[in-house]
Amino acid sequence: MSGAEFVPLSLSPLIIGCLAAVACALPGNFLILRRQALIGDAISHVVLPGIVVAFLFAGTISATAMMLGAAAAALLAVAMIEGIRRFGRIEPGAAMGVVFTTMFAGGVLLLELSDTSGVHLDVEHALYGNLESLIWLDATGWASLFDPTALAGLPPELFRIALVLGLIVILLALFWRPLAISTFDEGFAATLGLPVSTISLGLVIISALAAVAAFDAVGSIIVIAMFICPPAAARLMTNRLGMQVAWSVLFALASAVAGFVLAGYGPLWIGGTNSVSAAGMIATVSGVILAVTALAGPERRRVT
Amino acid sequence: MLQIANSENVLAEAQNLRESPFAIRGLTVSYDQKPAVFSVDVTIEAGKMTAIVGPNGAGKSTLLKAALGIIKPLSGQVTLMGRPVAQEMHRIAYVPQRASVDWDFPVRVIDVIEMGMFRKTGLLGRLSRADRAHAMSCLGRVGMTDFANRQIGQLSGGQQQRVFLARALAQNADLYLLDEPFAGVDAATEKAIITVLKSLRAEGRTVVAVHHDLTTVPEYFDNVLLLNVRKIAEGPVATAFTEENLQAAYGGRLGTARLNAAAVSG
Amino acid sequence: MVAVLALRASTRPQSAGNPMFFQALTFQLGYNATLVTFGATLLGIAAGVTGSFLFFRKRALVSDAISHATLPGIALAFIVMVSLGFDGRNLPGLLAGSALSAATGLFAVQWLASRTRLTEDAAIGAVLSVFFGFGIVLLTVIQTMSSGQQAGLEGFLLGSTAGMLYADAVLIAGGGALALLLVAIFRRPMMMASFDPEFARASGINLDRTDLIMMGLVMGVTVVGLKIVGLILIVALLIIPPVAARFWSDRADRVVLIAGALGGLSAWIGASGSAVAPNLPTGPIIVLTAFAIFAASLLFAPGRGLLISALNHRKFQRGVHIRQGLVSLAQGQAIYEPLTLRLLQAQGLARADGVATEDGVARASRVLRDEKRWETARGDPALEMAAARYDGLTQIEDVLTRDQIDHLDARIGPPRGVTP
Repeated sequence: MSGAEFVPLSLSPLIIGCLAAVACALPGNFLILRRQALIGDAISHVVLPGIVVAFLFAGTISATAMMLGAAAAALLAVAMIEGIRRFGRIEPGAAMGVVFTTMFAGGVLLLELSDTSGVHLDVEHALYGNLESLIWLDATGWASLFDPTALAGLPPELFRIALVLGLIVILLALFWRPLAISTFDEGFAATLGLPVSTISLGLVIISALAAVAAFDAVGSIIVIAMFICPPAAARLMTNRLGMQVAWSVLFALASAVAGFVLAGYGPLWIGGTNSVSAAGMIATVSGVILAVTALAGPERRRVT
Repeated sequence: MLQIANSENVLAEAQNLRESPFAIRGLTVSYDQKPAVFSVDVTIEAGKMTAIVGPNGAGKSTLLKAALGIIKPLSGQVTLMGRPVAQEMHRIAYVPQRASVDWDFPVRVIDVIEMGMFRKTGLLGRLSRADRAHAMSCLGRVGMTDFANRQIGQLSGGQQQRVFLARALAQNADLYLLDEPFAGVDAATEKAIITVLKSLRAEGRTVVAVHHDLTTVPEYFDNVLLLNVRKIAEGPVATAFTEENLQAAYGGRLGTARLNAAAVSG
Repeated sequence: MVAVLALRASTRPQSAGNPMFFQALTFQLGYNATLVTFGATLLGIAAGVTGSFLFFRKRALVSDAISHATLPGIALAFIVMVSLGFDGRNLPGLLAGSALSAATGLFAVQWLASRTRLTEDAAIGAVLSVFFGFGIVLLTVIQTMSSGQQAGLEGFLLGSTAGMLYADAVLIAGGGALALLLVAIFRRPMMMASFDPEFARASGINLDRTDLIMMGLVMGVTVVGLKIVGLILIVALLIIPPVAARFWSDRADRVVLIAGALGGLSAWIGASGSAVAPNLPTGPIIVLTAFAIFAASLLFAPGRGLLISALNHRKFQRGVHIRQGLVSLAQGQAIYEPLTLRLLQAQGLARADGVATEDGVARASRVLRDEKRWETARGDPALEMAAARYDGLTQIEDVLTRDQIDHLDARIGPPRGVTP
């Protein structure tokens, strides 16, 4: 394929898909080790009401308002889950089920009841995004990568997800040991004087940030799939935390690239004429990777 | 009269608190309005080994966890050399009951030991070559050098217990709090653990352990704290570990506790 | 590039609070609407009851994986029916497809959680996202098919009762009734299996088969509810009513009944509301109704409700502080905690400097005597059971008979005053 076609149409969605996948997979490692995989599920469901409420307040779809609204919704969801769990003495799975279905339902109704006709905001977008539409019209070929005017025309989602991924990488590098220790043995971490509840909350906030930035581009489905599938597959490959995180990044990238290519070009190879949903295909590929590691990963079996 | 007696009490009390590496006053912990620990005062003696003994459900583990702030007490104050324990956590090493962590977690034995050195390196610090050597030597003290690269789930119960003791050693603390260190371990491990604990005492450190085997209390420990929700007795084994106090702590279960202990040690 | 399915209703809904809502509630709104509301109510009851067993088993979110896993089945059924020359929108066909892929999803969750080191929550998250993602891929395939433009499959995501065929309404009402009937038949083994699996096994109940029945019912409720509530929110009907019911009773059998009632109530009100506002998706209305019931239960239920619990805890904490303070006074020890001192002062038992008032001295000696009696009772094998009821506040007079107390007092010796 020529650069003149690939660069404007496929390069930026591909990069955005990769960045989003990695940004979700990184915190996902700690979520699954903390038995909080479904917090990722809950967060991605409540991003929608957060964005709708932010829109109703701000009146426009600005990136900042969306980020703030979604992060606030994630925090509210976590606070409600924790409150129901602790004060209502309800097991966490059920508490999550109550909270995220309610918030999602509230978001859908608010969206239907408010006049959002002028903006690009609807349930379908919330569920599976629109990765394919994030094209780079100013590009003419590979040379555009060095052309400042063309670069300025890159979709803003690209910068947003890159920024969030950068933040996540820095925070992970800084707080790696406290995060690892408190994930492994929270009681011990508390006796070390580590602020375990803050760390736990910090992980949720980071996950929410990743979910919002990724959601903007790829929808909730990829967000949940990337929170869980690459880290889960990685867990079956190794018994060391650092290696697990490395594998999860590799799997996330592989899912994003293979999923995007298969969605865009796969149907053409088998004689079809239209491409299929890239977000759905990325989630599907991550599932295939998980299935393969579950059947053949070197550390797939439980020891005890 | 009342006033004078009180002020003398207060002076003596202040002295006690200043000299004790672990003093608990009026600690009450309750789960669902049923106290697990009620109004307990304890003064642990420095440089000694103290056993916390009592029947199942007597609140032994709860006492330790609440004193360390891992669970929130209803009331009570805990001090280390007269200072609030929350400010002195760096001088304490705590070895939890074995079951409380995820054995499937992707860490190796040596990674667990190095967690004990977190306070030394701090948030941003990285482990130096000397630190890693120190971690290995702690592993050596519990006889587990050969297992450094195993995933922790692949060890036996006794081996896991030794790893957690080694992590506590790496913390280089003044006060060691252990929750049932001998529960479900093999004889070799029990021997290895008690040797290490005695060496800690020889170095002038204080050891407190929740213990369930009544027969080994006089052999292993200097002092004893008998607990059954409330404090029954506390002091040197010779004076506090009496038939009468045991009867008060265990009631009708004393016979069973003895039998179980005999079965374990025999 | 692919155009995505538009789910949003294009017109504004009618305002709520009109007389139509009452008509809908009382089944006076046309034959189809009545059937759908009736079916939804039956389904809500069945979901509440089934969900209770799931909740007792601490597996509430397995239903989330099951419901998301229906999407590829719906899409595949559509594709197969169209390619065989049938109408792709045939509801029984779509529901059969959804059941098939839901079963596959359930199997995948079980397999991942039992055969690999992954935990059940990770398996649930993986299955729900991957199946749903694959379903979306298939939906985009359907869009490009010639008959796919008006497929109407998007109604399965959030539920819609608008423009429902008579046959579909009958199917849903019948499905709801069947689900309820099956729940009624199998409630005993499911109750035992969810309450005490070990005991159930010992009593000759086949746990695997009971679990299978339970999951089968969850699948049945999901499939029947797809059209009304939608696959994203159907889990709410399985989770929220049992959780709400839990606040009203500590007895499992009652929780099940209450959950059924609350589930039916949510579905009835929700479906009626959506009959009035046909352009709004039905699922969210039902879910928010259920949540309102949950919130009321959480706050105001007697026993486990937050309001009562908070009041009780406060009372208990104060009681403990006062008693501890009195014991300290009786033994001539200083009181360290400011709260204890404040409470004693407020009750006129101590002065600001921590010295007992006359009243305080009297109360303290009574408390000390009570403590001494408890202590003696604990050392007495005959009274050990009663002594276990000690909670730091209960007076021993409330637990033991006068004779038993006299017996204790004889062992303690004569009463002592407060010694300085």
